[in-house]
Amino acid sequence: MLVDPEVRAALIAGAVVAVLCGAIGVFVVMRRASFAGHAITDVGFTGGAGATLAGVSPLGGLLTFSVLGSLLISRLGDRVRERDIATGTVLTVALGLGSLFLWIQTRYVSEPASLLFGSIFAVQAEVLHVTIVIGSAALIALAVLYRPLLYSTISPDSAEARGVSPGFIGGAFLVLLGVAVAEAAQLVGVLLTTALLVGPASAATYLTKRTSAAIALSMAIGLAVITLSIALAYESYYWPPGGKGWPVSFFVGALSLAAFVAARAEVRRRRLSVLIDEEAE
Amino acid sequence: MQNAFLASGAIAVLTGVVGIFVVLRANSFAAHALAQISFAGAAGAVLLRLEPLWGLIAFALAGAAGLGVLSVGGARRDAATALVMTAALGTGALFLVLNNTYATSVFSLLFGSIVGISRSAVAGTAVLALITLAMLGALFRPMLFATVNLEGARARGVPLTRLNSAFLVCLALAAAATIPIVGSLLVFALLVAPPAAATLLAKNPLQAVVLAVVLNLTCSWGGIVIAYYTTLPVGFIISVLAASTYLAARVYNERVRA
Repeated sequence: MLVDPEVRAALIAGAVVAVLCGAIGVFVVMRRASFAGHAITDVGFTGGAGATLAGVSPLGGLLTFSVLGSLLISRLGDRVRERDIATGTVLTVALGLGSLFLWIQTRYVSEPASLLFGSIFAVQAEVLHVTIVIGSAALIALAVLYRPLLYSTISPDSAEARGVSPGFIGGAFLVLLGVAVAEAAQLVGVLLTTALLVGPASAATYLTKRTSAAIALSMAIGLAVITLSIALAYESYYWPPGGKGWPVSFFVGALSLAAFVAARAEVRRRRLSVLIDEEAE
Repeated sequence: MQNAFLASGAIAVLTGVVGIFVVLRANSFAAHALAQISFAGAAGAVLLRLEPLWGLIAFALAGAAGLGVLSVGGARRDAATALVMTAALGTGALFLVLNNTYATSVFSLLFGSIVGISRSAVAGTAVLALITLAMLGALFRPMLFATVNLEGARARGVPLTRLNSAFLVCLALAAAATIPIVGSLLVFALLVAPPAAATLLAKNPLQAVVLAVVLNLTCSWGGIVIAYYTTLPVGFIISVLAASTYLAARVYNERVRA
């Protein structure tokens, strides 16, 4: 399996995405921003579709729309309910535009499928290189933002007292998220991006309370998920119904959900055993 | 054409009422997720050579159940929603791959087929809408109470978990009813933006519900008319109109009430 260059490229691309999304995902989960994260991938999808239509770089369109989308969401909504509506409204516009673009380019029927579900086995070298560069920059930005982001996530009031503006940090985080998911979606599609952003991180934050440990664990779980998914997708060419191969996105979706459910069950088991021990005393 | 107006009229009423609670309960993600999950179900139904609508309903209800179970505890509700959605979409991708053809009938569910709708489809939509509205009618009071005053509701012994599950079921049925008409991508255009505008502008919940229905009717029927004359896709026009209602309401609110 590892002999196949397409598989090797897929593994590298998957690893890059898993590491990037795993790190940022911890903050996405802690800030309850899963909807925003997913919405930004859909907004990016629209940008990619529009760019393809206009004949320009899909990545450029994806990136531009992702960042614009995050800026718009952070401008429109601060409190929970407002942000929920803001995200929903921005998503409404983006999906509407996306459907318009798709309706216009009726020739490329398979394009939306690949933008939605990803085509990890068809990764191009230039895209991979650009992603590694921009992804690394995003991780560095995350490292720089780490302290203020952590403060404003866990305790916005004390962050404000220390001179950190939660609004600004929130906006900066969303922009960073926009860049990260645009990169990931370019490689693996919007579906996998959302799954890898939320699944490993939510499992990790269940299993440890220390943020730094959670980030490391999240990256590790993400790597495991994507590697296993690629392997299974490769193997599935030999499964029924013969010669077709099950899509990677199926395995990533299933495994990400499984990681979350397993971590949740484990935490409940721990809590239960603590209670039982206390009863026994 | 008449069928399109009838069907979208029923949808506008349904999504207006459901949408008020989606907005008040900050459940937009669940609405979007259930629409996507239902779409995967339709793909499965087509694979099994069944009517897509059954797949829509089955997966919508299963999705509502999954979301209900995993959101107990509340803290990671949004993460759970995202993961159930992507798992369902991945399954949908699998169904599409296994299906051999590109299944254009399934992809028409992405964008809806409001203009080509048949009388029987209108009837089916109306039935689902009525069932959902009846459920919401029964749930209206306790849900409003729980939404506006969570602690008070808890103190009074309102069964919050069951209420949440019941609402998710309503949302699921609303999504299943709406998707064949406006498509899964845009079903939640009518569930979020105009109801949100209504909550900004109205002075009490009942007024908000009525206003939401009025706004949805305007967007839907206006959208059909505009689409007819410009030949642009209906879904696109409706979603732009819907989003504009919210943005206009925001601007109005910030100017007038400032």
